[in-house]
Amino acid sequence: MNRRVVITGIGVMAPGGIGTKEFWELLSDGRTATRRISLFDPAQFRSQVAAEIDFAPEEHGLTAREVRRMDRAAQLAVVAARQALEDSGIDFDRMNPHRTGVTIGSAVGATMGLEEEYRVVSDDGREWLVDHRYSVPHLYGYLVPSSFAAEVAWAVGAEGPVALVSAGCTSGIDSVGHAVELIREGSADVMVAGAADAPISPITAACFDAIKATTPRNDDPEHASRPFDDSRNGFVLGEGAAVLVLEELTAARRRGAHIRAEIAGYATRSNAFHMTGLRPDGKEMAEAIRAALDEARLDAGDVDYVNAHGSGTKQNDRHETAAFKRSLGAHAYEVPISSIKSMIGHSLGAIGSIEIAASALAIENDLVPPTANLRHPDPECDLDYIPITAREWRTETVLTVGSGFGGFQSAMVLTDPDRRDR
Amino acid sequence: MSQESTATPRMTAEDLLGILRTCAGVADDIVLDEKALDTDFGSLGYDSIALLEVTANLERTFHVDLDDDAIKASDTPRDVISMINGR
Amino acid sequence: MNTSVIVTGFGVTAPNGLGTRDYWSATLAGRSGIDRVSRFDAGRYPSRLAGEVSAFVAADHLPSRLLPQTDHMTRLALVAADLALADANVSSGDADSYGMGVVTASSAGGFEFGQRELQNLWRHGSRHVSAYQSFAWFYAVNTGQISIRHGMRGPSGVVVTDQAGGLDTVAQARRLIRKGTGLVLAGGVDGSICPWGWVAQMAGGRLSRCDDPRLAYLPFDARAAGHVPGEGGAILVLEDAEAAARRGAGPGYGEIAGYGTAFDPRPGSGGAPALPRAMELAVRDAGLSPGDIDVVFADGAAVPALDRIEADAITAMFGAGRVPVTVPKTMTGRLYAGGAALDLATALLCLRDGVIPPTINVTPEAAYGLDLVTRRPRTAPVRTALIVARGEGGFNSAMVVRRPDDE
Repeated sequence: MNRRVVITGIGVMAPGGIGTKEFWELLSDGRTATRRISLFDPAQFRSQVAAEIDFAPEEHGLTAREVRRMDRAAQLAVVAARQALEDSGIDFDRMNPHRTGVTIGSAVGATMGLEEEYRVVSDDGREWLVDHRYSVPHLYGYLVPSSFAAEVAWAVGAEGPVALVSAGCTSGIDSVGHAVELIREGSADVMVAGAADAPISPITAACFDAIKATTPRNDDPEHASRPFDDSRNGFVLGEGAAVLVLEELTAARRRGAHIRAEIAGYATRSNAFHMTGLRPDGKEMAEAIRAALDEARLDAGDVDYVNAHGSGTKQNDRHETAAFKRSLGAHAYEVPISSIKSMIGHSLGAIGSIEIAASALAIENDLVPPTANLRHPDPECDLDYIPITAREWRTETVLTVGSGFGGFQSAMVLTDPDRRDR
Repeated sequence: MSQESTATPRMTAEDLLGILRTCAGVADDIVLDEKALDTDFGSLGYDSIALLEVTANLERTFHVDLDDDAIKASDTPRDVISMINGR
Repeated sequence: MNTSVIVTGFGVTAPNGLGTRDYWSATLAGRSGIDRVSRFDAGRYPSRLAGEVSAFVAADHLPSRLLPQTDHMTRLALVAADLALADANVSSGDADSYGMGVVTASSAGGFEFGQRELQNLWRHGSRHVSAYQSFAWFYAVNTGQISIRHGMRGPSGVVVTDQAGGLDTVAQARRLIRKGTGLVLAGGVDGSICPWGWVAQMAGGRLSRCDDPRLAYLPFDARAAGHVPGEGGAILVLEDAEAAARRGAGPGYGEIAGYGTAFDPRPGSGGAPALPRAMELAVRDAGLSPGDIDVVFADGAAVPALDRIEADAITAMFGAGRVPVTVPKTMTGRLYAGGAALDLATALLCLRDGVIPPTINVTPEAAYGLDLVTRRPRTAPVRTALIVARGEGGFNSAMVVRRPDDE
């Protein structure tokens, strides 16, 4: 008998959306949270736009010690995890810690903390032989980002399987997919799973500048992220975290949990092609989508909404359009699709989990969020990429996808278990 | 974080071949010498990211500002030499 | 119902040997790869020893197109993967490309590459940062580069669990194979031997400050005072045993028979360490009892409190002095995400040859109650081995491997 896995708690820290309620309001309203970078002076950079969170960690119950030893991404993860726990209504004191695990995804780990400490020990890059006398004790936790998963495990009292999953920009899907697998195989009963990244720092900005991946639309930050639009010219860097509480379905029903969605299928494939490039045919993403639908025992025609990767680079949005056509066939032209990166930017490894949260909320609300700033669709992106305004839409099954550097292509299928079992 | 600036030197074929070797290496079946100057970058085994790395290096070395797509896979090394020296 | 998953090949890049043959002969001879750091001038730092893969010249093994875009540890990983596939007699194109995946462990990504680009940024400005930085530094780089080099389009991933990662990736590979992927490359090759990585590792407080290579890393010794960091590791080829048989691969080195992982309670909470639980889960998952285990490849932190926890876990499970224990990493230093993968490869060689490699330089502290194999290798009929790995923060993993002919 297969163990089915459901989401019973959601915590979100997104630009313009701290907490699930505020996050969903932003998406439903089609508002954007992109702006000129304030976390550092972006004047020398090609792209000066980002989607930032106005985040004061001490307002979210983190102690001075926690703030000090944790990178911003870890802080976001811990806050989102606490929200998710509260939302789940589980009495964690009565949980068996040995049967509770944690997976956290992150593409770039403690990149902000590392850069800040690097500046100190290297005297702003003057010294190759950096000076250990200026380093801080928590630097090791920045070096090895499994510290993020450890922090979340401490915060929720988990002592089962704990890991950080890092597959570039699909980390947030892969982390949750990994957690689902651990519950299914019986290694855990409850998983606290999600992802976090806080990459808005000079080194990240510089490396995306170097490959022209981020948008140079600095004169209009609010409308800078334009997935599927003909005028799109790169993604907008974002930050954030989303953490979910996952449980086995019958146990969740037994305790009367508020079940937000079932994770019915997940798959990942690699394009084995290029560290940053995508083959235009979208074959591997299509293969991941088909495999995720197979695992969910659903057909392409069952998909009510597609939460796209939609990063807003020229290359990605066409690649993805090809992948949808290849995997969903004629249904690709009928199903509503959108990219919430138009509103909250691209938070690298975190975004996959944030988009899973958005997908679950779409099911719960029978409402699909729009693609902001989509005014003149790219003729080659000729699917129903819901522009500007959210759509009320009966949503029982959602497909969410991600694509990342390293060639990773991941897909996840969420359903409403109550409607499906009826 | 300051940008350095000096007078702009002229670029020779050997300069460009050296930058290609350093920034992107040489594909296994390619001899990167003067005879390669009229072969396009794609055929020489360079992808878009290699060409971006080369572009950035040229910008720094020769103090020029190049467009995002200044060097395409269909261009040849000789095209690039003319472009840099023609500025 | 659970598919049997076997190791049909592996590639080793270790400080005391590049390639399995050199590594295994050095390991049996007790030859160490630990020496003074050569890659930068470590004279100003309190810790000055490392296990470097000194025989490694990347250009001898890899196409020059790959060199500008890769960190040193990624080059080592690519070579380990090449060696592993050759050892397993697999060539790209042998199988359906969707039927092959890659799962690697990482600790800090391509950190030396990252230091160089941070310096370019802060010293010279943003336009001096390499186009390759976007992927040469990040944790997923080895998986990505290996999948590209060998055309592997199946499920892939990256696990970061500090120094337990080498085992966790193999467990993930086994999971993927049981779900239908025919072949998965797994393991870890790692290293951050650059000044910035060095300082960050020292901040962890577990590096030895001893200057004598023979005294610097002494797990289960009364003189234990931290470890020596190293670089390298192993990549293993894992296959569905039946699929391997169909392609005529033979029984391989051994079966991944059991795995367990458990996380320590929050520091200061007073809860019991989780290591014994990880070991019990692994032995039970293998369908064995402790008496069936012939040798333990210990984590060997060489931090007294951690050595005590591990020794207690071993004696609680097996009884004092009842099972041979060894720490061959005394010859390589700790290789972070690569260490446990190398231990796993070493355990498989031990099963193959019936010889347990030694723990060098160590005079066992009697109070630990361990039968530590020291000085010389020990010949013994070895059918099963238990490999133990721990990561900072509370990660504990354990794996049982079984000789192919042992049922």
